[in-house]
Amino acid sequence: MKKYFRLYRLQFIMGPAFKLAEAILELLVPLVVARIIDRGIPSGDKAYIFKMGGLLFLLAFFGVVFALICQYCAAVAQQGVGTELRNDLFRKINKMSLSDIQRFGTASLTTRITNDVTQIQSAVAMLIRLVFRSPFLIAGSLIMAMLLDLKMSVIFIAAAVIVSVILYIILSKSLPMFKKIQSALDRLSLIVKDNLSGVRVVRAFSKTDFEKEKFQNSNEDLTKKSVKAGNLSALLNPLTFAVLNTAIVLILHFGGIKVNTGSLSQGQLLAFTNYMTQILLSIIVFSNVIVIFTKAGASVSRVKEVLEYSIELTDDNAVDCKPDFSFPAVEFDGVGFSYGESEKKVLENITFKINKGETIGIIGGTGSGKTSIANLIMRFYDADEGEIRLFGNNIKDYKFETLRKLVHTVPQKNTLFSGTIKENLLVGNENATQAELEKALLVSQSAEFVNSKPEGMDTYINQDSKNLSGGQRQRLCIARALAGNPEIIILDDASSALDYATDAKLRKAFATELYGTTVILISQRVNTVKNADKIIVIDDGEIAGLGKHAELFDNNEIYREICLSQLSESEVAGV
Amino acid sequence: MKTLLRLYRYARKFRAHIILSIVAAFIGILLSLLVPVLIGKGVDCAVGVNKVDFDTLKLICLELLCAVLASAFFQWLMGYCSNKLSYKTAQSLRNDVFEKLNRLPLSFIDLKSHGDIINSVTTDIDIVSTGLLQGFTQVISGVVTILGTLIFMFIINPFIALVVVLLTPLSFFMASIIAKRAHRKYTQQAKLRGELTGFALEMIDGAQVVSAFNYEKESIKKYEKLNKDWEKVGVIAHFYSAMTNPLTRFVNALVYAAVAVFGGTLVVGGTITVGALASFLAYCSQYTKPFNEISAVIAEFQNALSSAQRVFDLLDEAEQSSDANLKKLENVKGEIELKDVSFSYTQDKPFIENLNILAKSGQTVALVGPTGCGKTTLINLLMRFYEVSGGEIKIDGNSIADITRQSLRSQFGMVLQDTWLFSGTIFDNIAYGKENASYDEVVEAAKKAYAHSFIVRLPDGYNTVITGNGDNLSQGQRQLICIARVMLLNPPMLILDEATSSIDTMTEIRIQKAFSVLMKGRTSFIVAHRLSTIKNADIILVMKDGKIIEQGTHKELLAQNGFYSELYNSQFAIY
Repeated sequence: MKKYFRLYRLQFIMGPAFKLAEAILELLVPLVVARIIDRGIPSGDKAYIFKMGGLLFLLAFFGVVFALICQYCAAVAQQGVGTELRNDLFRKINKMSLSDIQRFGTASLTTRITNDVTQIQSAVAMLIRLVFRSPFLIAGSLIMAMLLDLKMSVIFIAAAVIVSVILYIILSKSLPMFKKIQSALDRLSLIVKDNLSGVRVVRAFSKTDFEKEKFQNSNEDLTKKSVKAGNLSALLNPLTFAVLNTAIVLILHFGGIKVNTGSLSQGQLLAFTNYMTQILLSIIVFSNVIVIFTKAGASVSRVKEVLEYSIELTDDNAVDCKPDFSFPAVEFDGVGFSYGESEKKVLENITFKINKGETIGIIGGTGSGKTSIANLIMRFYDADEGEIRLFGNNIKDYKFETLRKLVHTVPQKNTLFSGTIKENLLVGNENATQAELEKALLVSQSAEFVNSKPEGMDTYINQDSKNLSGGQRQRLCIARALAGNPEIIILDDASSALDYATDAKLRKAFATELYGTTVILISQRVNTVKNADKIIVIDDGEIAGLGKHAELFDNNEIYREICLSQLSESEVAGV
Repeated sequence: MKTLLRLYRYARKFRAHIILSIVAAFIGILLSLLVPVLIGKGVDCAVGVNKVDFDTLKLICLELLCAVLASAFFQWLMGYCSNKLSYKTAQSLRNDVFEKLNRLPLSFIDLKSHGDIINSVTTDIDIVSTGLLQGFTQVISGVVTILGTLIFMFIINPFIALVVVLLTPLSFFMASIIAKRAHRKYTQQAKLRGELTGFALEMIDGAQVVSAFNYEKESIKKYEKLNKDWEKVGVIAHFYSAMTNPLTRFVNALVYAAVAVFGGTLVVGGTITVGALASFLAYCSQYTKPFNEISAVIAEFQNALSSAQRVFDLLDEAEQSSDANLKKLENVKGEIELKDVSFSYTQDKPFIENLNILAKSGQTVALVGPTGCGKTTLINLLMRFYEVSGGEIKIDGNSIADITRQSLRSQFGMVLQDTWLFSGTIFDNIAYGKENASYDEVVEAAKKAYAHSFIVRLPDGYNTVITGNGDNLSQGQRQLICIARVMLLNPPMLILDEATSSIDTMTEIRIQKAFSVLMKGRTSFIVAHRLSTIKNADIILVMKDGKIIEQGTHKELLAQNGFYSELYNSQFAIY
């Protein structure tokens, strides 16, 4: 957090300094008025009174100039700190691995980067505007009181202590409440998010009433917590008011005794009450500032949690090696893997070799571990056992930037971003030329439908790409992966939304246009992998077979079963 | 102004709190205004050595104590009431917005940025409630203070009081100019904030794609630019709102100076006493303070109004047609007829034209065709997610436009291409369509969907919490859960849109067996690419470019040697 203070230290120093100057000017005003009363009036010197009036005007004028300077500093610092925080948070989130993001939850991360930072911004502005003024006035009044009469000032100090204790109790109880409120806000936005992305299912299952109730309950919870915290904070002002004014009653009582005995003058008694009132007003302002700080405190810890989170999957230790194309493209050596803290092994003892330019098929049942292999090659996760090498180097020795230019993937879930088709393709390779983009569209079998749209590549795709069919989305994702001319391309069930004719054209295009590219096809369809150079059969996380189609069909029971479930005997033999 | 009135209509539900708050403020503040008077009287008693009037002093101290404690109580009461008021109003707003989302047509939700909507529900309404709370407490107390001190000032000297009254409108004038400018900037700021949130959400949701394509740099660059734009507007907006306070203080200082000067000349002329001038000055500063607070509040209020307007804009969006007075479907036999149906996503491009389909009760209708030909659109129309632009769809002879959406959709069991699971346990997800489903029923459904075996192997079994969009399960596993969900419901009609595309064929064959038991006697619409899936359909409709080009049974279509035949044979293509 210190970093943000340093960045805007000019504003953090100048702002309060000018505010202080304004406060000092304010303190001079009573002195000028006293001059009017003590000198101007007795002597009946109207000109003098007007001159003093002019002085008051000057004080006011400079006061407002200083105040405006402070406000400007506050605005700059507030917005600046907010911007820096958001940028840092966003950068940090971008470095996180998928499991890290899941641990926080996308809704919570979004709330932190928006709502929580906004709370912190308010606190920064408050800090600059009020940090000096109130404490200055409080301390000043306290000192003046002690100078007047030390014994009476004991009442002051006692009152100050009681008020501090009240402040402390209320604030320490409030902080955990504010944290709970932010979490409740997280939950609320999660429900909205789910309902928006799953709107079809919610309506199809006629669960709108159910979801409404869910939302209302979460909303009620949020409101209850907010009211509870608000009520606690609402105690602050009245309690302080009561304590400090009771102190004034005591001052009058004891002061009266002292005036009677002559140890205090009437004028001094009046001054005492004035200072007490001044302290009262300043403490009320100050304690409200502290409430805002407490709220911000909850947000600060939430933001810190993200910024200080240690990411395990990094390329910081990577040597930044370059691929050596004389080596096999992908080598898995006794690889074992399980997700997170789960004990269930998703992959066990996986060993295989893929040479450059080969087309490999990976086939297996649902949940057998095929996608996990793709995730490991992309280094979205690290293997628990064994070693993975790409083009001769340990995968951990590549910087992410190099690695993810080397390997491109078309995942099972097809996500495109809001933007034009062209912009989405450029995601795959920001330096792609028009020719390269057109080639990618051609090979992925997207050229036909893209060109049939009036705006072609400049057609806008909206969020969740609902204006494209499932198959069109899938083909664009393939085009995106191709745009970068990767050495290795992984297609994870990338033709599940395509009809057989298009699938066949796709494979033909791959065979003719992508010579030299290593292609890994993960699929359920035998026809997709049938003509691969090698087929890896995965069953329950282990390699159940490795070889070409014909030999697997003859020797591997699992593979044969899969084939027969899709094609008749003669159709299989027909190739 | 209009927005304010509309906001008031929400707050009106809590009329009791408003009234109580105002009354409490009245009493509390009037009592607190007495305090300076009583203190003054108390000091007057302590005239000098041995001249202190202890009897009166004791009485005054008692009166003071009572006034202080009573005032503190009423101040707390006001805080309590306005707290409840603002949070409950926010709660009511949030519930209304969420309910509205359920009535919005799918076309709106598909197109609008989800992050923007979430931002409105959470942050915008937050700002409204804070603005309301602050505005309310400070405006009420401010108005009461002004009235009270005004009365006291007129009592002392009407002439100077008049001077004060004439000068103070200056501060209101300044405040309103600033408020207008601030409003514009706040609206801009709120819009930018919505865009920023939408972008952040999309990038965090699509984190896998971002890291797969090294898109982090680009993503961060875009975010930082949006952030910077927001920063620029934000600094100005905050500065404008922060300006009001110093400027009104300036006006107050001018008023103070004017009073000092004129009052001084009046004292010289003998019209009023020094003591009266001192009291006047004291009340003057009390009188001007609320103007300070109120004008500052007005600027902050602009922020709240901008946010409120965004929320109201959402609430004003066109809804889908009402379901009131429509009949419910009962004893559905399952005859589905599409008569001359046409539909287009955009005004100018017709997507589906003159479609005619008749599915008799219990028939299985398969839809085949290249991607983007209109299969999923057809399902959107059947489920009335989108409205037909021409023609009509009938179920058992009833036009679906005459039936409530809920009863229409509850007749269909639907499994879609995009799996959707919500954050909750696997059990809750499967039981989503049926309230109070028993554990045995859920397990039975899971077994039918061949999901039971993998669920049981998960560490928490059926109580495993699915995160976000189910990212801790494979695509295929998610689809199995979606299928289990439908198996539990036993609906009279089925819609299966690529329901098994991500599942391996072995599992698929078993599921097909379960489906065919389910489909017996039920009308089903199946969309699939796997021809093994549709071979046994009663009618196969071949679609291309929104029209049906061939129909018949599998054998009939093969014999026709047309498009279907070509499609079927391409699965055996060499590649």
